Amino acid sequence: MKTRVGLVIVSHSSDVARGVADMVRQMTGEEIAVAWAGGNPAGGLGTDVKKIVAAIESVWSPAGVAVFVDLGGAETNSEMAVEMLDASKRERVVICNAPLVEGAIVGAAEAASGSDLQHVRKAAEEFLRT
Amino acid sequence: MGRMSPPDGDIAVFLHCLQAVCGELLANEAELSALDRAIGDGDHGANLCRAAHALLEAADDLSSLPLPKALERAGMLVVTSVGGASGPLYGTMLMALGRAWPQDATAGAVADVLEQAMEAVGRRGRSTVGEKTMLDVLVPAARAFRESVASGSLGAALQAMVDAADSGLAATRPMRATKGRAAYVGERSIGHLDPGAASARLCLRAVARVLCESGSKELRS
Repeated sequence: MKTRVGLVIVSHSSDVARGVADMVRQMTGEEIAVAWAGGNPAGGLGTDVKKIVAAIESVWSPAGVAVFVDLGGAETNSEMAVEMLDASKRERVVICNAPLVEGAIVGAAEAASGSDLQHVRKAAEEFLRT
Repeated sequence: MGRMSPPDGDIAVFLHCLQAVCGELLANEAELSALDRAIGDGDHGANLCRAAHALLEAADDLSSLPLPKALERAGMLVVTSVGGASGPLYGTMLMALGRAWPQDATAGAVADVLEQAMEAVGRRGRSTVGEKTMLDVLVPAARAFRESVASGSLGAALQAMVDAADSGLAATRPMRATKGRAAYVGERSIGHLDPGAASARLCLRAVARVLCESGSKELRS
């Protein structure tokens, strides 16, 4: 089977991140790899660069990884996490400028259909603009 | 203008600065969180205190490193311990300082690096002065330091930096936030000091105090 784009869900809340990942899995089953990272390093609300790096690594394939984030700090910390990856992986990871739940679902459906990373991103980012 | 400290004293001065900054953050956790509760999510004090604890725990390890590496390592600790956007922002500042730290650390050379580090923070946050963020303190403070150090003593330059930080913080009160969590409250952000600008001022004041003391100069409060 062709490798599919993987997904990472990043939220300030681990409940939200896990919940969105569950919704994605319900939609796409085992067709795509999805991981989540939520909560700050102390377990409270916030995001954790190390957890985000680990989540990206866990779903990594040469097809790339689409990251979905909720609010500001999640985006900044995700950008930091991408920069901490090996240079070869870095260019195959995108942070989507899309709403977390809808973006992840649309992106997951696109990824499951075998689209490449740029098409997954485009589908997720354009969903609410149409 | 001579060096900011003797070569083998650099790391000792850095550690004093680190301890002073962490002490300020820990002492002002409640105030920073109160500012953040008004226009954000109320965790700025707690977030920075996690960084302070991580830095203080690592102080011995940091002191065994050359100063540029210690700055970079401190930046990474801030990034991985904070859990909010301020982690990558302050972390980027420290890492940028470490990466560009001049071999001959004259006050003038450090001033240039400091200003570049503040620009790196702006790029990280895709923000600029006037958007009610820490940049409203960091950028004018670094500029004042560079401008003043070119013509006067280190003490005068540090004083200019602290004064610019004070007025930079005050200037955030009437601003409407367009970046960060405070952007969500829109108009209601007007009339409140920005918590990131407040923490930036605390940190710069702590550093200036240490550098002034190590140069035996008085800093106006």
